[in-house]
Amino acid sequence: MQLGFLVDLHLCMGCKGCEIACKVENEVPLSTWRLRVKYVDVGMFPETKRTFTPLRCNHCANAPCERICPVSALHYIENGIVNIDKERCIGCAGCVMACPYGAIYIDPETQTADKCTYCAHRVASSMMPACVVACPVEANIFGDLDDKTSNISKYIQAHQGDVQVRKPEKGTLPHHYYVGGGNVHLNPLASRRDEGYSLFNKLTSKMPVGGDH
Amino acid sequence: MVHETVAATNAVVTLDVGLPGVVWGWIITMNMWAKSIGTGVIFMLFYLLKKYPVEAAAYRFKVALISVIAIHVFLLFTVIDLHQMFRFWHIFFHPHFTSAITVGAWMATLFVGLLFLLLYASFIKKDTILFDKVLAWTVVLAIPVTLYTAGLMAQSTARELWQMPTEAAQMIFAATLSGSAVMILIGNRLSYEAKRDLGIILAFSALGAFILYMSELVFGPMKAEEVAAVLEFIKGNGEYATMFWVGQILAFVGPFILVVLALMNRSTSILNLASISALVGLWISKHVWLVIPQLLNMS
Ligand code: SF4
Ligand code: SF4
Repeated sequence: MQLGFLVDLHLCMGCKGCEIACKVENEVPLSTWRLRVKYVDVGMFPETKRTFTPLRCNHCANAPCERICPVSALHYIENGIVNIDKERCIGCAGCVMACPYGAIYIDPETQTADKCTYCAHRVASSMMPACVVACPVEANIFGDLDDKTSNISKYIQAHQGDVQVRKPEKGTLPHHYYVGGGNVHLNPLASRRDEGYSLFNKLTSKMPVGGDH
Repeated sequence: MVHETVAATNAVVTLDVGLPGVVWGWIITMNMWAKSIGTGVIFMLFYLLKKYPVEAAAYRFKVALISVIAIHVFLLFTVIDLHQMFRFWHIFFHPHFTSAITVGAWMATLFVGLLFLLLYASFIKKDTILFDKVLAWTVVLAIPVTLYTAGLMAQSTARELWQMPTEAAQMIFAATLSGSAVMILIGNRLSYEAKRDLGIILAFSALGAFILYMSELVFGPMKAEEVAAVLEFIKGNGEYATMFWVGQILAFVGPFILVVLALMNRSTSILNLASISALVGLWISKHVWLVIPQLLNMS
């Protein structure tokens, strides 16, 4: 079994339901996110368009975070999920430096690394990840990539030519796919981060270590 | 290519909560800097004992002590940088050997053991034969202890700027630069010839490191867009441009010129000046190189 995620960006409307469901399900502390929906505005007024991209851990097959973790706090489980054992983590932040997607953060409450686990605890009880359940437009598709008849496999088959991963050049082999994504969605270098343009950029409470670059 | 489309698309991030930026800051700089000194002085003592055995004999205990202190500074800063420092023992009881952190921690522990053996041989036993035998093994182990941080930086897949084998060469140069600098500063009983040799090692280490930094600065952006974006922080009006050049001048350009002047004038005081400058500059250079890739948003 190899679990994977696919987000159909044609469907996503940026409601952040998944983000909130994740926060609640996993008790993600203030100022940290396992799953973020990024908004990027494209074009010139009045011809502007807003894009939405849910970003989470990709559960890479060749995960640099797992490789660099000195104590195997980050580890694979048999269904392909890259899981984290917070009791074992020593908080060296090696994984934060290694993940090319910025998917890991140091939890300000436990002072250990944390990230999306594809809701491994729910999956173990045959439930869908919280974000999948919360999505009102079923933009998140989750399932077994090894099973040709699973929803996610069928979706990939049906959208051949439009299925992408983030930063394929890093050789991490992500198990998280996007349909309908362009550079602006998937490549952080394809957009600017102008001071003052971002909503909620004045967060002060319990910032995770390192500030907010 | 992607970056060039920004002007055309006018794509601006309007909502995203950035994840932490500088996670490895000055504490890790201290770690790398102290480790360079701790291993560098061992390399230098080995060289001096081979080339100038009589005058270098007085430095056996002194150098072992300096190395022990520097390595403990390195270990201290390694541990205090951990967000769960009291779980440090997990590295020994749940080791994951694909990680350069684990390999480095184990080797550094062995290295400390050998350093204490050196102290025992020189201070308690006063046995130079034992000291020299252990020193040979300490030198061998000092090489991977110096290099493991380069391995760690190379394993940091997100930070395109840190490439192998460049970082490995930079770590060795940092060790020989700081090791020779410290030996010059404490070597008041060394002959001019021995100090001259140390000065030459310092100058060539500075030159080598400077060439690598400049090569990365000029040619790095031609290979990878991410490297180009990171190097913008040290170019022109970049956030770290001034600090970068201050570091390069103090660590490499200045000491190289000062060593040439010192050799032309047989001046040990100019050598001392070059050494102080190199030690200060090395910290600054390492710090800038550590921090700038962390300023780039990963998502
Ligand atoms: S996306 Fe990052 S955190 Fe997730 S498995 Fe890949 S490297 Fe690890
Ligand atoms: S912070 Fe924790 S999970 Fe990350 S590499 Fe270090 S020990 Fe492993």
